[in-house]
Amino acid sequence: MTSLIDNQRPGRAGAIDDRPVDPMVPRPYRISRTRQDTRDTFTLELEPIDGPLLRYRAGQFTMLDAFGVGEVPISISGDPTRPGPLEHTIRDVGVVTHALIAAPTGAVLGVRGPFGTSWDVAAGEGKDVVFVAGGIGLAPLRPALMELLAHRDRYNRVVLLYGARTPEDILFGDELRTWAKDHGVIVEVTVDNGQHAWRGRVGLVTQLVPRAGFDPRNTLALVCGPETMMRYVAAALTDRGVPEHRVRLSMERNMKCGVGLCGHCQLRELFVCVDGPVLPYSRLAPLLSTREL
Amino acid sequence: MADEARLIDLDGLQGLIDALGARGYTVVGPTVCDGAIVSAPVHDVDDLPHGWGDEQDAAHYRLRRRDDDAVFGFAAGAQSAKPVVFPAHELIWRGRRTGTEFTVNERDADGPTAGPPPPYALLGVKSCDLHALAIHDTVLLGRGYTDTRYAERRAGSFVVAVTCTDPGGTCFCASMGTGPHPDTGFDLALTELLDGGPHRFLVEVGTPRGAEVLAGVVAPPAAASDVAAADAVVAQATGRMGRTLDTDGLKDVLYASAESPRWDDVASRCLACTNCTLVCPTCFCTSVEDVADLTGDVAERRRVWDSCFNEDFSYIHGGSIRTETRSRYRQWITHKLAAWVDQFGTSGCVGCGRCITWCPAAIDITAEAAALRWTPQPAAAGS
Repeated sequence: MTSLIDNQRPGRAGAIDDRPVDPMVPRPYRISRTRQDTRDTFTLELEPIDGPLLRYRAGQFTMLDAFGVGEVPISISGDPTRPGPLEHTIRDVGVVTHALIAAPTGAVLGVRGPFGTSWDVAAGEGKDVVFVAGGIGLAPLRPALMELLAHRDRYNRVVLLYGARTPEDILFGDELRTWAKDHGVIVEVTVDNGQHAWRGRVGLVTQLVPRAGFDPRNTLALVCGPETMMRYVAAALTDRGVPEHRVRLSMERNMKCGVGLCGHCQLRELFVCVDGPVLPYSRLAPLLSTREL
Repeated sequence: MADEARLIDLDGLQGLIDALGARGYTVVGPTVCDGAIVSAPVHDVDDLPHGWGDEQDAAHYRLRRRDDDAVFGFAAGAQSAKPVVFPAHELIWRGRRTGTEFTVNERDADGPTAGPPPPYALLGVKSCDLHALAIHDTVLLGRGYTDTRYAERRAGSFVVAVTCTDPGGTCFCASMGTGPHPDTGFDLALTELLDGGPHRFLVEVGTPRGAEVLAGVVAPPAAASDVAAADAVVAQATGRMGRTLDTDGLKDVLYASAESPRWDDVASRCLACTNCTLVCPTCFCTSVEDVADLTGDVAERRRVWDSCFNEDFSYIHGGSIRTETRSRYRQWITHKLAAWVDQFGTSGCVGCGRCITWCPAAIDITAEAAALRWTPQPAAAGS
């Protein structure tokens, strides 16, 4: 099949169609590989069927579509500096995510995007950069870390604080070791519940912030995880003296369109899909302190 | 009033409807249906609500017989122009699966919800609803991404606005600066005159397209006395608003009220039924529905109106953000009267009063905004 998107509108055969491309219509991508990362988390590699590889910035997301099942926003987890398949790391938590991770290699999924703001990790050049991840929140941060590692010498200390539920839930374990060993990243991992074999830290990732080795006055902090975790981490970072505008969070909200039209993702005046998902804590702090806003 | 205003009578109004029909427009205008003023295709001037007015108050709507033969003698109808240019159900795409692949055809067929065909001539759009159309243009066309179907319908639409001569008990367009006289955004604007003289309409021309259509209608220049009569109608209507809303510093009032005890009060009355968002001419939130046939091989995605009053509106893995009615009412009114200003540069409220009229619990946005303004705030809540 050469083109899976048929843009020929009925009744307009032969006419030059100058109508804008509809941002609500997905483009077809083929699953080239599905890798199981943990017991409930999988990384999908997707290749476009009818066009060039997707260009995206670290922190952006796409709307992933399982045919006939539905569509969900998923952050891109691949390396934006190297051309290759589009990567998404997905936790099997709902009907659509289950359909996505259960689709066989070679199956076609729909992709819209990329959408949203980026981490803009380059703003941390000449500074310490602190990544704080909770659970699957490590996946949206991975593209920013890959971007940083492509120019590691431009940054000072690089710290990754990562909290997972259990040792079995730790994502990208091999890469964590590589980042620490080969790229001078200070990697600190903690788990909520450790079994006997776990010799690492047990506790909340928030508790790692006060002790981590970085200069708060000259730091860019990128945070992704459950909202409650991000709120406490952002408070811990600013308590240490990191300016609010240099603490960035990636927000999660219900999204039906990804392009600012459906209204679902609103957080007071923000459309999280187009104003975010990455937003400075200076804008979020007054909004996150109100319950159910 | 414009200097080159023209005048038509009921025959002229029929001529206007005919002229629009002859140009391929489906003319949609006010009709009497199910005990309310409802927009529907109009072919004949007799299809319009001759001699009908309405009675509107919180949770109250009744048609009433007028003591004159006005055709536009009612306040806001049950719906604005929103359902015409932004239908409640709309096909986004339909696709077919073959093995592990699927093809997507953009709107390859009209769905069962398709109404009368575009392009539309919207006849009798009140000033509040005219402003709502302009607001929808900003929301759906004026930003980074465009609603392509709305863009097409809107670009093809012809608008005949009308001065609201008899505002209802829930109207407050004068407070919002959105009426009652249409000032911009129309092709033609009518002001109905029933001042003892002949039944006639002052016509203002808003666009060259409007002038072109009017050229085919018997419409002599209006006399100075007709223009003065229309001005008097506008002045009289402006003074007869059933409600007022104090917009002074309203955005800051709403933002400062995030923890107001008033939310519990309103939540004790609000049924979260979504009526207000369905009748609101500016509410634009939508969801998508995926429907597959029994084989699963043919699927389609539809865009459907949604409401921030639905619990699953804010659902993410683990639960909804806004589980309580108080949070959802806060979202709605804060968005409408405050966040909207930051997002789009205007209030999201045009003062049409529909949310008050059609609320089964008689909740009044003007009363709630006033109560929030005067309800003492709790001591600053920490996080």
